[in-house]
Amino acid sequence: MNSKTPAPKRSTTTATTSSAAPRRGFLIGFFAFIIGGIAVLLPLVPGSLVFLNPILAKKKRKADPAAGSAGELEGAFKVGRLETLPSDGTPMYVKVINDRTDAWTYLPQRPIGAVFLRRNPDDSVTAFNVICPHAGCAVDFNPSSHSFICPCHNSSFDAEGKRGETSPSARDMDKLTAVVRDGDVWVKFQNFRTGTAEQIVLS
Amino acid sequence: MSAIGDWLDHRTGYRDFLHEALYERVPGGARWRYVWGSTLAFCFFIQMITGFFLWMAYSPNAFGAWESVYYIQHEMAGGWLLRGIHHFTAQAMIVLLVLHLMQVVIDGAYRAPREFNFWIGLILMLIVLGLSLTGYLLPWDQKGYWATKVATNILGITPVIGPELQSLVIGGDDYGHQTLTRFFAIHAGLLPALLVGFLVLHIALFRRHGLTAYRVDPARDSTFWPDQVLRDAVACLAVLAVVLFLVYLPQLQGKHPGAELGPPASPADPYSAARPEWYFLFLFQFLKFFEGESEIIGAHVVPGVILFIMALMPFVGRWRLGHMFNVLFLFCILIGISILTGMALREDYDNPRYRTAKAEANRAAERIPELITARGGIPVEGAAALLEADPYIQGPKLFARDCAACHRYNGHNGLGEKVVEMQDGQEVEVAATAADLGNFGTRDWTRSVLVDYQNHFAPLKNASWNGESVGAAFLEEGQMAEWSAAHKDRLTAPANKASLDALVEFIAAQSGRGDLESINTELVAQGRKIFEAGELAEGTFDANCVDCHAIQPAGEGGLLGATGTAPILTGYGGVEWLKRFIADPATEEFYGSSTNAMPAFGQKLTAQELDILARWLARDYLPSAEKEPEVAEPAAAEAPPAEAPAAESEPEPSAG
Repeated sequence: MNSKTPAPKRSTTTATTSSAAPRRGFLIGFFAFIIGGIAVLLPLVPGSLVFLNPILAKKKRKADPAAGSAGELEGAFKVGRLETLPSDGTPMYVKVINDRTDAWTYLPQRPIGAVFLRRNPDDSVTAFNVICPHAGCAVDFNPSSHSFICPCHNSSFDAEGKRGETSPSARDMDKLTAVVRDGDVWVKFQNFRTGTAEQIVLS
Repeated sequence: MSAIGDWLDHRTGYRDFLHEALYERVPGGARWRYVWGSTLAFCFFIQMITGFFLWMAYSPNAFGAWESVYYIQHEMAGGWLLRGIHHFTAQAMIVLLVLHLMQVVIDGAYRAPREFNFWIGLILMLIVLGLSLTGYLLPWDQKGYWATKVATNILGITPVIGPELQSLVIGGDDYGHQTLTRFFAIHAGLLPALLVGFLVLHIALFRRHGLTAYRVDPARDSTFWPDQVLRDAVACLAVLAVVLFLVYLPQLQGKHPGAELGPPASPADPYSAARPEWYFLFLFQFLKFFEGESEIIGAHVVPGVILFIMALMPFVGRWRLGHMFNVLFLFCILIGISILTGMALREDYDNPRYRTAKAEANRAAERIPELITARGGIPVEGAAALLEADPYIQGPKLFARDCAACHRYNGHNGLGEKVVEMQDGQEVEVAATAADLGNFGTRDWTRSVLVDYQNHFAPLKNASWNGESVGAAFLEEGQMAEWSAAHKDRLTAPANKASLDALVEFIAAQSGRGDLESINTELVAQGRKIFEAGELAEGTFDANCVDCHAIQPAGEGGLLGATGTAPILTGYGGVEWLKRFIADPATEEFYGSSTNAMPAFGQKLTAQELDILARWLARDYLPSAEKEPEVAEPAAAEAPPAEAPAAESEPEPSAG
């Protein structure tokens, strides 16, 4: 109690030394943390870029030599002949063949998908992508019920591609633009996002 | 905040753990010389991170390994940087390993009770070397492929189990899919797992025994955090900065930044400039001193003995003199390694064949992105197939192999080398005995044949058979030579410039070649008349072209002119004409058997080779942005004759 006078003096000296040491220690710690952090995080940057490549890299699309170039045939592929399609309107399963690139590999003339082609009474053609809009399985055509059935979750569609009442699919089958020219059937082949009521093109 | 901390600490005890990790005592205070171990751990951390992301993009199979690395390097965002960091950090790790080892030995940090940690350190070193060796193969480029073959062949000479061991490592009798899947599993799975395990032991034992302090001043004692951590962090960042600089360095030299990617491995195309990574060069050089089956001494016994002596260091080092021996031993080894490495580099530098092989590989490596881009991707059979079918790459090699004995290409052998032979221990340039084909079939070529035949085919006079000149007669008495000499003044007269141009244009038009600049059809029509009737703007020919040469002019149905006395010029200079000519120049279509001196290559070359050679000479291939090779000076002249054979004797990276 009575030693109050020297006490502040002692405490001031200790305060100056002890406050300088922590400050120095804090600064060193701060810089160690920052510099160490940079060193540790930097290698993650190019790694993350490579990981995110599928999102970052815009697909470089070339003009397709096999595809029609102008008017209603733009982007369309020749998939077959009209006379080979049954005249009673039974849909026929047809593969779409085109050049394909898988990352670094270039694959000339491989199947890139498949369509159902249906011949209409006026000799026009209706084309559906075989991919079920529900979850992406391939739909079968059942001749006895004259309807499309998906073997995965029983999505059903009538011959016009309209979804059945109890169908799990959120939308009708995906119709593709089909044009008949000189007996050749051309289809503008596209894939769509599955599971949505709206039809969204995948590019 | 502290409530959450308490809750967590109560359940995990993380505070004690952190305290123990961070407040390790550093006797005598933090020092820069203690950073090497931390930088090594940091490098390993970088390799784990970058390696993991590379793993996501890499495909270990013989038709996809190089291709996926190419895709990482050239197509994926940040891929070149990722691969560059992985590549150069691996090299930095070797340097840091040596520094760490030197520090441990000099400071005597291996002494009791730290023997085990020293041995673990040696094991870690071997694991890192194993990672480096296995990683070198994974890009499946020419240098990795051929250099790693040597390494696995060395494995194969291990006594008793060698061949089986080799088969197990490469997954069969030869390199292929299974070699890559195995090497990849070892590189990305087995060895990293072992490394993590031993590293944990290494650090745990280090913590148990504490730091081997250097000149302790107890007054300066401190703790790991923050003083030593700051120094470690700065050192790690400095290592990363050096690595990033090395990644960027090729850009400053005008090349693609990042780690080098050589041309894709081609089992049919041995690469004589294949070398291991620079830190294995000493071993590569060392093996040159062991002949025949004694190779095992250089490859297994000597390195084994050195490692054994190093493992004994903790015991030897108990005595003061023993410690000095250890330090001396390590320095002798390092100096020996440096000398051997220097010798290896020097021999390669002096070896013209090494430099040619290297230049060829660089040419192929720069060519392949052009081929891939033009095709829009790599074929299923892999990128090597693109190179194998490319006239720009294969043409010069075929020319050097089959044509350069007589012909030249712009003065060289197609590959940019002068054609030489050894005379009295000196390399002497050999004179050509047939025409220089560097501008074959171009307008300049045709013009020169027409007005300067004797000079154009001057090399023919060097051609001799059984000591008798066989070529000179063509230049002195040949019909075309005489025609050219007689018409030279007429054709080069200023008044006839347009006539000569027209005739040249007509002949150029026959080839249908794409490399000749656009053909002037008006000139061609005039040239056709001159070819047939010989009427120039001023004067006429004494003998017309069609008096000796037959031709079915491009785009016409009928044959023009005589047959049987001189080469038929239908399609002259084009790919198909060349193919037929090279296959057999002695047929009636060309020189006929009596006046031909050139061998028929139809049997010697495959159909594909013939096609490639013709396309290359006719420049019928995807154009390259690269320059044609310049003529290289013969290099052996500066090397003393005694050394020259030694440099020549080991061009192949073979184990034998």
